[in-house]
Amino acid sequence: MRPTPMAEPIALAVRDLAVRFEMEQGNVHALEGVSFDLRAGRTLGIVGESGCGKSVTARSILRIIDRPGRITGGRILLDPGTPQEVDLAALDPESARMRAVRGGRVGLIFQEPMTALSVHYTVGNQIIEAVRQHSDISKAEARNRAIELLREVGIPRPETRIDAYPFELSGGLRQRVGIAMALAGDPDILIADEPTTALDVTTQAQILALLRRLQAEKRIALMLITHDMGVIAEMTDEVAVMYLGRVVEYAPVAALFAAPRHPYTRALLRAVPSVLAAPRQRLATIGGAVPHPGARPAGCAFHPRCAEVIPGRCTAEMPPAIPPGIAGASCFLDVPA
Amino acid sequence: MLMYLLRRLGLALVTCLFISVLTFIIIRLPPGDFVDAYIANLAASGSTVSNEQAEAMRRDYGLDQPALVQYARWLGRVLEGDFGVSMVWRRPVTEVIGDRLWLTMVVSFAALFLTWAIALPIGIYSAVRQYSIGDYVFTTLGFIGLAVPNFLLALILMYLGFRYLGLNVGGLFSPDYVQAPWSWARVWDLAKHLPLPAAVLALAGTAQLIRIMRANLLDELRKPYVVTARAKGLTERRTILKYPVRAALNPFASSVAYLFPYLVSGSIVVSLVLGLPTVGPLLLQALVAQDMFLAGTIVLLLGIMTVVGTLISDVLLMWIDPRIRLEGHG
Ligand SMILES: Nc1ncnc2c1ncn2[C@@H]1O[C@H](COP(=O)(O)OP(=O)(O)OP(=O)(O)O)[C@@H](O)[C@H]1O
Ligand code: SF4
Ligand SMILES: [Mg+2]
Repeated sequence: MRPTPMAEPIALAVRDLAVRFEMEQGNVHALEGVSFDLRAGRTLGIVGESGCGKSVTARSILRIIDRPGRITGGRILLDPGTPQEVDLAALDPESARMRAVRGGRVGLIFQEPMTALSVHYTVGNQIIEAVRQHSDISKAEARNRAIELLREVGIPRPETRIDAYPFELSGGLRQRVGIAMALAGDPDILIADEPTTALDVTTQAQILALLRRLQAEKRIALMLITHDMGVIAEMTDEVAVMYLGRVVEYAPVAALFAAPRHPYTRALLRAVPSVLAAPRQRLATIGGAVPHPGARPAGCAFHPRCAEVIPGRCTAEMPPAIPPGIAGASCFLDVPA
Repeated sequence: MLMYLLRRLGLALVTCLFISVLTFIIIRLPPGDFVDAYIANLAASGSTVSNEQAEAMRRDYGLDQPALVQYARWLGRVLEGDFGVSMVWRRPVTEVIGDRLWLTMVVSFAALFLTWAIALPIGIYSAVRQYSIGDYVFTTLGFIGLAVPNFLLALILMYLGFRYLGLNVGGLFSPDYVQAPWSWARVWDLAKHLPLPAAVLALAGTAQLIRIMRANLLDELRKPYVVTARAKGLTERRTILKYPVRAALNPFASSVAYLFPYLVSGSIVVSLVLGLPTVGPLLLQALVAQDMFLAGTIVLLLGIMTVVGTLISDVLLMWIDPRIRLEGHG
């Protein structure tokens, strides 16, 4: 096994994260031992079919999973290995410390630029609130800071737009407002949960370019969740492929496309025939349906859909998880390099 | 925003006009005209009116004119504050109604206010703590509140208040103040008597509004903008009060419009039971006695009050929801 060459410090390390939704209809194991690192100035792509746990992962980091979901295991280490190291999974979600992390250290960007902003308050009101939540400055100063943020994310005439209501802005502008809001607390980690899925192609490209620019300028550790292999190819440095609440493959982006190691990754890539020809094609469903996380198949969870299944073994045994930060696939066929 | 207000105001005026036509029809509803009724009334008390006198009266009141003219004259008099004479009381209708109209307003608004004051926090609690013990308790109480008739509750509360608290229940004033002129002491006396009728009237509406608030808020709590607010690091309390609760308030504003007529009509029975000096019992008496000027006037005034309630609710909606406020701008 060969660690990927990366000198940048780890800003956030997720280790064996497990999240469960305990419901009357039965328990849903949304996450079952997810591990990965986010590094300053780098982008980790998270890809996988609907329901595999991408959003739950994002929300767990911020400790805002909906009830009845809760973290049942693992650690979420902020600044691991430093004296300031703190395990977010162990904090009270409502504690001042956790709230300082939320929006202050870790910013969140959403998929739906319309519904992610409240229609009842102006853009300025919502951004200024975020600014003042994380610094002790006056209203007037916070307003100036908000205008500056809007300018930074490329909103024309920010001095007037700040008093607009979200429904008065286009989808692209709203998404820029969403990004400005995520930046309001000056976070060094950004989580973008399908930030461009709801936008048209031109706007998508602009928003992605903006994210890239901001990341480079601020050396942000970016976690980019998407369905879109085109976005992965264009934006990310490393990729974690998720299936049913687990990371099944982790690889540098070039290696992932050149030599995918997990049968699931290969199926995903086959479903997008030419990444370069159709960069933003929505991930086509691969053969077979995703099993419900409440009814996870025994052994390797992918075995009912796997073309390379080893009878007797894959149905009985679970392939080992990939050690974090090391390229590999959680599959019996994977030969560690 | 101005357009919206003007449109609403225009609509309100049209509604008022419509109510006035209806009132006029009500006044003319009984067989014969007002003079016939007046003569019959006098005859019952022993005096008689000659045919010439009757014709003169008809001319005075314009009863020989076509209905449209009569309506216009009547409306003119109403606009000047002359609502005609009550047959039963033999006094101008305005005098008969007197304070009752304002007392009706006071009782209804007190009930409305109480409805909000109770429904808002309980609705929020029930949604935020969905399926908690408290939620179940409030839900059960709410259904009981919906099922128990107002007057029964009034009787029960009266009994309890009288039996165990030694309260002077019933009415809106203590005996000393019933006839007294308005003074701060009388207002204070009114304030002390208000909670019981307000509570009785508020009960069913409160139960209903709690259900609405709970359902709306549950809807709103699932929306992405709530996650956005949490992700900023706001406390849970601030998140919920500033964002989803604000969004769930729309039906509260509308409730002014639909609860108001309900409270006014509900107050008739409750006022009878509790002996409240509101217009409710008066309306009932007037209808029974076919005292049509009195009945018509009460219907007219209640109708207009309802229209005003609707206007208030429109303004509230505008204040709550910027989409309505900015309607017509780009
Ligand atoms: N509020 C909830 N209540 C119950 N189960 C939930 C809830 N939220 C998520 N889950 C479960 O967790 C699993 C993972 O959901 P998640 O939203 O993380 O998927 P996702 O990968 O983000 O999918 P998508 O691509 O559709 O956004 C889902 O299959 C679902 O069963
Ligand atoms: S472990 Fe077996 S079933 Fe699972 S992906 Fe590998 S080959 Fe397929
Ligand atoms: Mg998702």
